[in-house]
Amino acid sequence: MRIRQHPILEFEKGPLIEFEHDGRKLTGHEGESIAAALHAAGVRVLRHSIRLDRPRGFFCAIGRCSSCLMTVDGVPNVMTCVTPLKAGMRIETQTGKGIIPDVRFTHPPADPDYPRDLGNVPLAIVGAGPAGLSAAIAAGRLGVECVVIDENAVPGGQLIKQTHMFFGSKEHHARVRGIDIGEILLKEIEDLPVSVITGTTVLGLYADRVLALLRNDRFHRLTSDSIILATGASENMLAFPNSDLPGVYGAGAVQTLMNVDGVAPGKRVLMIGAGNIGLIVSYQLLQAGVEVAAVVEGLPEIGGYHVHAAKVVRAGVPILTSHTILRALGTEHVEGAVISQIDPQWCPIEGTEVELDVDTICLAVGLTPNCELGSQLGCEEAFVAELGGRVSIHGAGLATTVEGVYIAGDASGIEEASTAMLEGRLAGLSAAGRLLPDLDRNELARLKKEASEGLRTLRAGPFGEHARAGKRKMLELAGVRGGDS
Amino acid sequence: MSHRQDGILEPRQIDASVPATERLGRGPVAIIECVENIPCNPCVDACQKGAIRIEGDMNGTPSVDFDICDGCMLCVSACPGLAIFVVNKGLPGGVAEVSLPYEYTPLPSVGDTVVTLSREGAVLGEGTIQRVLSSKALDRTPIVTLSVPADHAMDVRHFLAKEPPA
Ligand SMILES: Cc1cc2nc3c(=O)[nH]c(=O)nc-3n(C[C@H](O)[C@H](O)[C@H](O)COP(=O)(O)OP(=O)(O)OC[C@H]3O[C@@H](n4cnc5c(N)ncnc54)[C@H](O)[C@@H]3O)c2cc1C
Ligand code: SF4
Ligand code: SF4
Repeated sequence: MRIRQHPILEFEKGPLIEFEHDGRKLTGHEGESIAAALHAAGVRVLRHSIRLDRPRGFFCAIGRCSSCLMTVDGVPNVMTCVTPLKAGMRIETQTGKGIIPDVRFTHPPADPDYPRDLGNVPLAIVGAGPAGLSAAIAAGRLGVECVVIDENAVPGGQLIKQTHMFFGSKEHHARVRGIDIGEILLKEIEDLPVSVITGTTVLGLYADRVLALLRNDRFHRLTSDSIILATGASENMLAFPNSDLPGVYGAGAVQTLMNVDGVAPGKRVLMIGAGNIGLIVSYQLLQAGVEVAAVVEGLPEIGGYHVHAAKVVRAGVPILTSHTILRALGTEHVEGAVISQIDPQWCPIEGTEVELDVDTICLAVGLTPNCELGSQLGCEEAFVAELGGRVSIHGAGLATTVEGVYIAGDASGIEEASTAMLEGRLAGLSAAGRLLPDLDRNELARLKKEASEGLRTLRAGPFGEHARAGKRKMLELAGVRGGDS
Repeated sequence: MSHRQDGILEPRQIDASVPATERLGRGPVAIIECVENIPCNPCVDACQKGAIRIEGDMNGTPSVDFDICDGCMLCVSACPGLAIFVVNKGLPGGVAEVSLPYEYTPLPSVGDTVVTLSREGAVLGEGTIQRVLSSKALDRTPIVTLSVPADHAMDVRHFLAKEPPA
């Protein structure tokens, strides 16, 4: 199920190598994720669940959900969606908790470039998506030395899988494809005092802005004078009978599989959710040569832009509003789905059930901000539905309630890459203002105003209503609890 | 049903983006099917003749000055919504040409017969590929021009390559 032809992408693959899956020889490309290699070879069941022995495939494809754990070279619970494939690997379907082998675990050799104590950096930025990179550019331009840390092998966050052109205006890289915006931002960083550390997870944040990092199975310590949390968001799950079957995937996972790994998620997909993400991923599936049976949306209206909807509708994909999925069909993996119309109380209307012949169900039912690191540091939080869930309380300058800690992008409320870039810039400017007391205050105020005004315009239309309401609530909370300016 | 329910524009919503019959008869012209207040305006910058305008900030909807627009197609591949089409009804013989953005593989070849589809994705009939533009400047949004019966010009918005004979 490899994608051979793609209108936007060329897949650069590592050499073809052999590996073993449950005793069978398979081939894959070196360096791609184990889960992608298995999927390309037609393997969807990766493990069986601990208590009920239910089959499991992957779900998030970004190393967050633990659905894809397998036994690799005798070691159980390996996250195969983020572990690169190597020649000769022995990969086994895992059942239950797995058995830890009776050997001494050894650390990989130390990397001289990354001592255990990485010292102190004026500004540490967690997440190299559009928000984090823009923060680094803004602060770096003013002369602040920054380190951007991201768990992925390549920087760019969500941008690395977005093949479509972005909206907005010239200043926001409108009409440029997401994949290329990432490149543009990285290019801008080149001449600045900014370093990007990839393949490194920020496991924890401690008092006095100490960061605990995990890189190649080794711990590192980094201290900082200021921190920007640009950690993005995680995908929401939807519960329905059989929603745990392999073949029920998050929209981001489907995007990663097809646009990063070049592997088709299936032959025929049912998309759940007609927000922009559901619509865009449906279009990208069609571009990858995958059929989309329908886009199902529980609300009575499409949530995304009409222009995105129009692209899939004219290609023959029906968008069914006031509809939901009742259950997935299949025993080992998805073999179909039953959808039905729902009434305004979201109750299925009897007699409207339709069975669809699909092998994949893609969930695009919203995102939740990643706020764990802020919580750990003691940033005060609030649940704001319009922003997608719990977020650290922040003021207009994106300072949290903890001195020297800022937040930006999807982590501060689910929006778009264009707003994430401007929020990142604003957070970078705020941090620079705090770190550099000699900075020309008028110039700083001018730069901040420019970014704030950009944000205001991007949020001005009817589709910005949630963001406007959510950010208004934030400002009120920050006013009461002392976020910042 | 409105376009918010099924993704399909009603005829009255398209009327405003369609020039008068007399202008259509004079040759190619841009038809923009972008009716919502979204934060977007690259179409305005793409048109070097200044034919596209958005009132107020970028959340307004675009409109085309049909007297300035000469159907050059520069805006077609600049639109992230893939919502701009160029229609030429100035041709003899009961045929018209529709140019549309086409981000799929394989690209059709000139002379191919294809199945034409409407905004709803319904089959309208057949069309013949007249031109395929896919220069670097179009940045992976090729523009395909097909000839269709003149009375289909305002309905054809996509096409399917015909299955090659088995
Ligand atoms: C299908 C789809 C289509 C979209 N289309 C558009 C569009 O057309 N226009 C638009 O403007 N926006 C679009 N967006 C939205 C846009 O991609 C996001 O809003 C944007 O990427 C958010 O940027 P960010 O920097 O906040 O987060 P992200 O891009 O998610 O980046 C966060 C990064 O932080 C890393 N990270 C998180 N926690 C840690 C940790 N503890 N340690 C190390 N690293 C960590 C993550 O791995 C990730 O790389 C789309 C999104 C999707 C999914
Ligand atoms: S077709 Fe050419 S002249 Fe007409 S609106 Fe588009 S860019 Fe302008
Ligand atoms: S570029 Fe396309 S989507 Fe954006 S405003 Fe213009 S017509 Fe609408």
